[in-house]
Amino acid sequence: MATADTTARPLPTRRLPPPSQLLLWLFGTLLLVATFGWLLREFIDSPSRFIEVSLIGVTNGSIYALVALGYTLVYGIIELINFAHGDNFMIGSFETHSIVTEGAFQLPLYPTTLVLGIPLGTTAVASSSGAQRAYSIAMALLFSMLLCMTINVTIERLGYKPLRNQPRLAPLITAIGFSFLLQNIALIWKNASPQPVPDIFPHGNVISTHGVTYDWGAFIVILITIPLLLVLSWLVRSTKAGKAMRATAQDQDAAGMMGINVDRTISFTFALGGALAGAAGAIYAMYIGNTKFDLGFRLGLFAFTAAVLGGIGNLNGAVLGGVLLGVIAALNDGGFLFNLGARWTNTVIFSLLILILVFKPSGLLGEETPEGQ
Amino acid sequence: MSTRAARIRTPGLGSETTRKWALPAVVIALIVAYPLLIENVSFLDSLFVGRLGIDMDTAFQMATYTMLALGLNIVVGYAGLLDLGYVAFFALGAYTLGWFGSSLFAGQNIHFLDVGNKAIPGIHLSFWVVVPLAGLICAIAGIIIGWPTLRLRGDYLAIVTLGFGEIIPDVFRNGDSIGGHNLTNGVRGVTQLDRPGFGESLNSATGGFLPDRYSSLPDELKPWYYTILIMCLITIFVNLRLRDSKMGRAWIAVREDEIAASAMGVPLMRTKLWAYAIGGVFGGLAGSIYGSFINGIFPTSFSFQISVIVLVMVIVGGMGNVWGVIVGASLISWLNFTGLGKLGSLLNDAIPGTTHDVEITKYKYGLFGFLLIMMMVFRPEGLIPSARRKAEFKEGDEAYLYDVSTE
Repeated sequence: MATADTTARPLPTRRLPPPSQLLLWLFGTLLLVATFGWLLREFIDSPSRFIEVSLIGVTNGSIYALVALGYTLVYGIIELINFAHGDNFMIGSFETHSIVTEGAFQLPLYPTTLVLGIPLGTTAVASSSGAQRAYSIAMALLFSMLLCMTINVTIERLGYKPLRNQPRLAPLITAIGFSFLLQNIALIWKNASPQPVPDIFPHGNVISTHGVTYDWGAFIVILITIPLLLVLSWLVRSTKAGKAMRATAQDQDAAGMMGINVDRTISFTFALGGALAGAAGAIYAMYIGNTKFDLGFRLGLFAFTAAVLGGIGNLNGAVLGGVLLGVIAALNDGGFLFNLGARWTNTVIFSLLILILVFKPSGLLGEETPEGQ
Repeated sequence: MSTRAARIRTPGLGSETTRKWALPAVVIALIVAYPLLIENVSFLDSLFVGRLGIDMDTAFQMATYTMLALGLNIVVGYAGLLDLGYVAFFALGAYTLGWFGSSLFAGQNIHFLDVGNKAIPGIHLSFWVVVPLAGLICAIAGIIIGWPTLRLRGDYLAIVTLGFGEIIPDVFRNGDSIGGHNLTNGVRGVTQLDRPGFGESLNSATGGFLPDRYSSLPDELKPWYYTILIMCLITIFVNLRLRDSKMGRAWIAVREDEIAASAMGVPLMRTKLWAYAIGGVFGGLAGSIYGSFINGIFPTSFSFQISVIVLVMVIVGGMGNVWGVIVGASLISWLNFTGLGKLGSLLNDAIPGTTHDVEITKYKYGLFGFLLIMMMVFRPEGLIPSARRKAEFKEGDEAYLYDVSTE
């Protein structure tokens, strides 16, 4: 589903790039070599801890991947950076907080007396029975996905659709507006303090060899993510709606002329992205164990970085980028990256974002687009 | 095209220049006289300070944000480069004051024409040296940041600038141990910053007109107000002059169609770099005086929200139009600081009883978000758009401001 903007590509130039460009590339290459060299040294120093940290990275990365897919889907189809997406993810995690701690589905801003009352029995806690915890997890996933899907489609209908023929800046600004709005809604819905979510994931070692251990609580994140990715892949690849999506991404006008309902296809894309964000929010809340109203912005940017890293508009790229980014962040948190440590993780991720955009705007798997040249 | 030209040159009363400058001149005169008016006319005092909450403190903040918005207007409004990390320059300007006008480097004891106590350790340059220095440092930072990134277009550039806007405060936050040196004092921030002042000799020579050292007492904020006002006027002047300069026309050409501008011989990179660096200068200038005024610089004060609010000011006012940006900036900074709270209490007073009272400031960001969305859906060109910009917006799907080539 890569964006195929090949029509207006500037003519290729054959001459040697200017010295400034060469210098930049030299710097990039040195940085890459230094990073890999350093990581290799750290790996040889303490292989078991390195692998353990990387596994945590893959787990976190799968959450980034789910959010990144939402960015990439939307960017692929209407070339908009949906700034509200991260906050939508946060709303999903808030909904999960409601379902797990109160055993009920809540609409944001509705007084608790209007709880719809899903029969979960009592609230789920770590000591609840396995069946009840599984039921809670399933309900949290389902309703977070539904809520985020609805929010995402609503945002598209109200904020982006009327601006489809406006300059590109206009929907970007409304996206920021929705981001503020969602944060404010969440702030009023719960409050400014972190919202703890009880740990209802199963625990125990999946792997425990050579000093490497991996917990079921982390593994289940991947176990939930993979079917979602498979379903998405099937939807995009093999269904009529997916075909319409790919066609619309390539050329909206032509797709419209071929009888594809462009508006509905775009809404469908937003629904898919929203559902994935909701799932990611639910998983995040249950896996990390707490959530906060301003969580979406930072995590959304990380996920966007993942999407750019993989090649924006490319679904496989978003997953690859998400996992890679998760691993890089975890390695840095664990002090494996130039001894920087967790407090520099933000800087590392955003530097990565800038470096990719400067050196390879098309990302790892994306096609060249004229935007980044 | 012909209608647009006709709209620009509507015949009016008096000469073109008088008509064009009469309103701004009156408004500027009123703004300059504002502290005196509220001091001497009790009716105006109760209206503007009591009801609307525009005291000297708020007025200073409004002016600072106006300056920021005008700086960003050069980048976004003129050159069409969407900058989501403008707060980086604001922060850098403030930290320049932290480096050259506070006791941060307690191991040093350098004083140069400063008006504080000479016994205090640290680097203390005169405030009037630090401010241009902040501008210079931000210009250099703008060139360093812009050089590798400005070749990117549209959304990609926005994301890169956003990245820098996140990295720079992060570096300041972690700057208390870079290679074992404390460069920024980390999350504790830099406090006890030098204040502007003209020194005792100038103070006595002017009969107390020029203050020895600015006071931070709430009743003595007038010198601060006039200083930021002068800086604002300089910014407005530079904005207006730049718009009509060769550089300004090149910016607008790049904004409207990068490829066409390039074909006409406009050097793209240099033109964009200039816009970015000059925009950064004003961010830095505003940052340095703001840091001194609030007497404390903390990395948490320079969040993405500030970048967005300044961008909102530019957009709501009308991108590319200096007067629009000023209106947008003063309006939104007023709402942000005291206006929303005051409007909320007015609303609460209007409805009898206390049961319906709402704490409107709680919904501040939500309201801003809502305002942004409404503005973009119903009036994307801003409150007072420039005629040229408005035409660009009205061209509909033919014109893609940031990226002609992808469509």
